[in-house]
Amino acid sequence: MELTPWEKVKLARMPIRPTGLDYIELIFEEFIELHGDRLYSEDRAIVGGSAFFDKTPVTIIAQQKGRNTKENIARNFSMPHPEGYRKALRLMKQAEKFHRPVICFIDTPGAFCGIGAEERGQGEAIATNLAQMMMLRTPIISVIISEGGSGGALALGVADRVYMLEHAIYSILSPEGFASILYKDASKAEAAANDMKLTAQDLLQFGVIDGIISEPPGGAHTDYDFIMRQVRDIIRTDLKELMSMPVDEMLEKRYMKFRKFS
Amino acid sequence: MSRNLFKTKKYATSKVYRSRPSELKGTEEEKPIVPQGIMTKCPNCGSVIYTKLLMKNRKICECGYYFKISAYERLAMILDEDSFIETDHQLTTRDPLNFPGYADKLVKTQTETGLIDGLVTGKGTIFGMPTYIGVMDASFFMGSMGTAIGEKLTRMFEKATDERLPVIIYTASGGARMQEGIFSLMQMAKVSAAAAKHSDAGLLYITVLTNPTTGGVTASFAMLGDIILAEPGALIGFAGPRVIEQTIGQKLPEGFQRSEFLLEHGFVDKIVTRDKQKDTLGLLLKLHNKEAKQLSSASLMTEPKPDSEDNADED
Ligand SMILES: [Zn+2]
Repeated sequence: MELTPWEKVKLARMPIRPTGLDYIELIFEEFIELHGDRLYSEDRAIVGGSAFFDKTPVTIIAQQKGRNTKENIARNFSMPHPEGYRKALRLMKQAEKFHRPVICFIDTPGAFCGIGAEERGQGEAIATNLAQMMMLRTPIISVIISEGGSGGALALGVADRVYMLEHAIYSILSPEGFASILYKDASKAEAAANDMKLTAQDLLQFGVIDGIISEPPGGAHTDYDFIMRQVRDIIRTDLKELMSMPVDEMLEKRYMKFRKFS
Repeated sequence: MSRNLFKTKKYATSKVYRSRPSELKGTEEEKPIVPQGIMTKCPNCGSVIYTKLLMKNRKICECGYYFKISAYERLAMILDEDSFIETDHQLTTRDPLNFPGYADKLVKTQTETGLIDGLVTGKGTIFGMPTYIGVMDASFFMGSMGTAIGEKLTRMFEKATDERLPVIIYTASGGARMQEGIFSLMQMAKVSAAAAKHSDAGLLYITVLTNPTTGGVTASFAMLGDIILAEPGALIGFAGPRVIEQTIGQKLPEGFQRSEFLLEHGFVDKIVTRDKQKDTLGLLLKLHNKEAKQLSSASLMTEPKPDSEDNADED
């Protein structure tokens, strides 16, 4: 299916697309959700916990959009507060301790912008995740399932392998925000989407991601079995590879993966 | 210790520029941060000040307003005289997205500011103690971080890790460089990674947050310092105030996202006025100085071990 960047933006934001919890439910077994950052509160924009992948215990972290207004309010439209990122980091450190790989599902318009988020250090929370994920001595695989918005997405995206679904987007800012900053006109979002190079196809070419996960004709929502099978296969192949790699080698490769962007 | 500690040494990078006093002055003249002329008007209190007097006062108005300061002015204020050796002076962006109009705007800004990009990095001494230092310059694309800044910072951290030296970064940034898109986002991960490795090696990293420090810079290396200092009244945050007001649909309270607000909420170690910054940085370097540590262990232990590390080597 050939789509323009702007069509991809619109598709990626459609509430009928599979969400983080759909992937958790359909790819993993015996998921147990673990809540809270142990510092301030529980952020429902990020779901975290443990489950089995095949027979391997893993830690899963997923940004969660709602299907309707009520769910979206509860999930804050998948825009995490600092405590969401701190919960994610807490669970990642736990994964490191128990030698479990970490699987992240990224789907956010961006980290939340608000008074509480600033008071509790949104910048510090994201920064700490970037630095700590880079040093985490266990494999990390991140999949951008729909929307990868800015630092709020990157805070779960410092991984050994980063994938995008075929019609997902990943960018420095929303096209609307980008247009209002650079073109002084938020309605030029479509033009921004073209200039920004935010499609999976662009980002694979730049080396920002390691691969594209094909979607069924019509998009991921039209065939859950299909998309789950694709994601499962990739996780299976990568886990086998990453878990047999010496940790120091893995960390060096992770460093170089991000070091190369200049 | 000689204040010309590194003057005669050859440095490993291919492009080394030692900034001379004449260069410092030259940069100042080219940069219209303070309006040209004998007198300068304060945007805060409106009073008109002799520019010379303002310079003597480290660009602080009597009302307490902090004028923006260029990277080279800052370095002259903080480092020992003639101790600065600039690294990667010529490093520039390759315009990775081939973004419409960006290349032209870059050249124009370079000509206007006399800078290659919004950051100066290098090595110098503070009261004789060597350190790497990076200073952002908000007059260049609002200090936004693209690949050039990210690469210069990363190289600085890597060199500092190799040479076992501290890093000091003065931040001043509106966030990520939009024209470099996803590549700017990747710089956040890249620089944070280099800072993490430097930290992992047990080395000191100090950030000094100045007005403004927002967006992708706040959400990466600015907040990763072992010690985080701030200038009084600086705007520091993840989201800009205008974006927050639009999101929540209400006016923000007075003083929101200012240095004092961050101190209050536990995200800044100390607010330091411009005239005290060299002393404070000097004290912090001294507190983390290897020689100082040796002295204390020598007085505590009967048989102090000779230090096996000599880090003055270059590769
Ligand atoms: Zn004034």
